[in-house]
Amino acid sequence: MKKFNKVMSVVMASAMAAALFAGCGNADAGTQAADSEPATESVASEAGGDSAAAGAFKIGGIGPTTGSAAVYGVAVQNAAQLAVDEINAAGGINGVPIEFKFEDDECDAEKSVNAYNTLKDWGMQMLMGTVTSGCSVAVSENTAQDNMFQLTPSGSSVDCVKYDNAFRVCFSDPNQGAASALYIGENAIASKIAVIYDSSDIYSSGIYEKFTAEAANQPFEIVSAEAFTADNKTDFSVQLQKAKDAGAELVFLPIYYTEASLILSQASTMGYSPIFFGCDGLDGILNVENFDTSLAEGVMLLTPFAADAEDELTKNFVTTYKEKFGDTPNQFAADAYDAIYAIKAAGEKAGITPDMDMSAICEAMKGAMTEITLDGLTGVGMTWDASGEPNKAPKAVQIKDGVYTAM
Amino acid sequence: MSFISYLINGISLGSVYAIIALGYTMVYGIAKMLNFAHGDVIMVGGFAVFTIVSTLGLPPVLGILVAVVVCTALGMLIERVAYKPLRNASSPLAVLITAIGVSYLLQNVALLIFGANTKSFTSVVTISPLKLADGQLIISGETIVTIIAGIIIMVCLTLFVNKSKAGQAMLAVSEDKGAAQLMGINVNGTIALTFAIGSALAAVAGVLLCSAYPSLTPYTGAMPGIKAFVAAVFGGIGSIPGAMIGGILLGIIEILGKAYISSQMADAIVFAVLIVVLLVKPTGILGKNIQEKV
Repeated sequence: MKKFNKVMSVVMASAMAAALFAGCGNADAGTQAADSEPATESVASEAGGDSAAAGAFKIGGIGPTTGSAAVYGVAVQNAAQLAVDEINAAGGINGVPIEFKFEDDECDAEKSVNAYNTLKDWGMQMLMGTVTSGCSVAVSENTAQDNMFQLTPSGSSVDCVKYDNAFRVCFSDPNQGAASALYIGENAIASKIAVIYDSSDIYSSGIYEKFTAEAANQPFEIVSAEAFTADNKTDFSVQLQKAKDAGAELVFLPIYYTEASLILSQASTMGYSPIFFGCDGLDGILNVENFDTSLAEGVMLLTPFAADAEDELTKNFVTTYKEKFGDTPNQFAADAYDAIYAIKAAGEKAGITPDMDMSAICEAMKGAMTEITLDGLTGVGMTWDASGEPNKAPKAVQIKDGVYTAM
Repeated sequence: MSFISYLINGISLGSVYAIIALGYTMVYGIAKMLNFAHGDVIMVGGFAVFTIVSTLGLPPVLGILVAVVVCTALGMLIERVAYKPLRNASSPLAVLITAIGVSYLLQNVALLIFGANTKSFTSVVTISPLKLADGQLIISGETIVTIIAGIIIMVCLTLFVNKSKAGQAMLAVSEDKGAAQLMGINVNGTIALTFAIGSALAAVAGVLLCSAYPSLTPYTGAMPGIKAFVAAVFGGIGSIPGAMIGGILLGIIEILGKAYISSQMADAIVFAVLIVVLLVKPTGILGKNIQEKV
């Protein structure tokens, strides 16, 4: 009941605010005020005492806070709340505070759509979510229909941003390939590169294709590209021998950590020690049970966020997050934190006001998103294009002394 | 130089297939059934060693002994509980389907106990790699041990079958079960012994497989099991030297195919060769064509 009261007061307060604007002769706001008219008078006095609620942007979030992927959802919820609190303390978006509400979807597409509808009933104007790809694709069908602005922090599959109202903070699966090539090229890590990828897996072969395409523009050469399949992923002696014979200084592994752990140990047995470079699929290699982590020493992986990075922004974020939630933030938390700040930046660029309806906000935000530049936790100088994909310099971490270390 | 390296890797992989294939071929020769759970017994052997060596921190030799005992007992138990009651079933399919069922049972029980997370297996081989030709050719300790183990096992098994009384009983049962029984041979005992030997070999294969390719999941045994079955058919199912030759050839074809034709077509090449061999010689390389007597 208490919660209901709170929700009601917020709804009514915004209606009242809308009515105020209507008084100023804003036609758009006028219609909205008419929609929610019955409530206006009855709460006027109550809302009057609460100046923060006199107008607020309602941002909703969706993700799994229970179930198998709960780690991701909780991280996103916490970090987003952190960002919202910071922004509100600093004066909000265009001087207007944000209200943030997060709904659980248990990593289930159907529940995710239900959560979206719940948030819409609450009066959500923008959606920061969802956390996982499958749910994100499902919800994007609804947001596209409603013309609701959607920014997913971590939905990496290609279809998450197929409609023009949807954007994302993380790299898409295949774009990690281009980003990796760019990173290796720009930092001149190696000039001869071998690739070992899983041709039976869409994640791996997607990255591989983009990597080769981008490699053409980079100052290095792919000297060996060998595949394996799901049914033949224990023996990598041939792939490694070919890489070795071709003189590869770096082996790119756009695969998951289980196979990578085998590759590392087989390479060490055959006395081959190139630089190994992977994408986010390698994240977790240090947690393979009984794995000799000294084998992974020096492995580089492209991941947008390292909690021990030395820059001011990351340090502050990690300290505050640890203080508040007692846990080291992961890359999902960083993505969510950046997502809220991206909404703030785009909102200020577009000059949105809380009395605009979701469709009007979406139209304004869609354009503004492509004009902003954000220095975030997961990238410096991030920009977005109309396709919804972020453009940011990839960040890499290296495994040193058995821990991920920022490079 | 890389050709020799591929060849040695092929023989090493092939030796593992061969040891697994011996289990398939012996059981088929005597019980005339395909024990599809054989691959998963390998996985059980792997987990037994993992538990003893990595979890409890006991010496590897003890781990191997425990694995052999566990697998032998498991093999005999499976035979007693799941296959023996069906031995006289009207359809030979009944016991085949049961074997597939046992295979899934073992996988799921392992999943329940050990979880789906990959475990990294600590190699039980402590021999340092052999460096030849100024370090251009490196042969790992696991490869050496696997090849030697394969040869020893084949020699011992051949001697056992041809010289010992129990081995002779096995040959007799495989030739004619009814006649063997009339001659006073304990058929049930002989079949149980065959399962015991096959499963003990599976334990050894499990240790070698996991040492050479150090990752362990409940599905570790499935694919090598199928490949070894192919090797057994390739060499002539029912024939002990056939399983050995089939296994090693399969390993070499797989590695060379991967190296010189296409790394993602490795399995397709292996099975294409199998089809060709079976078209030319339907009983496999060393298989005997036994005529049905009317």
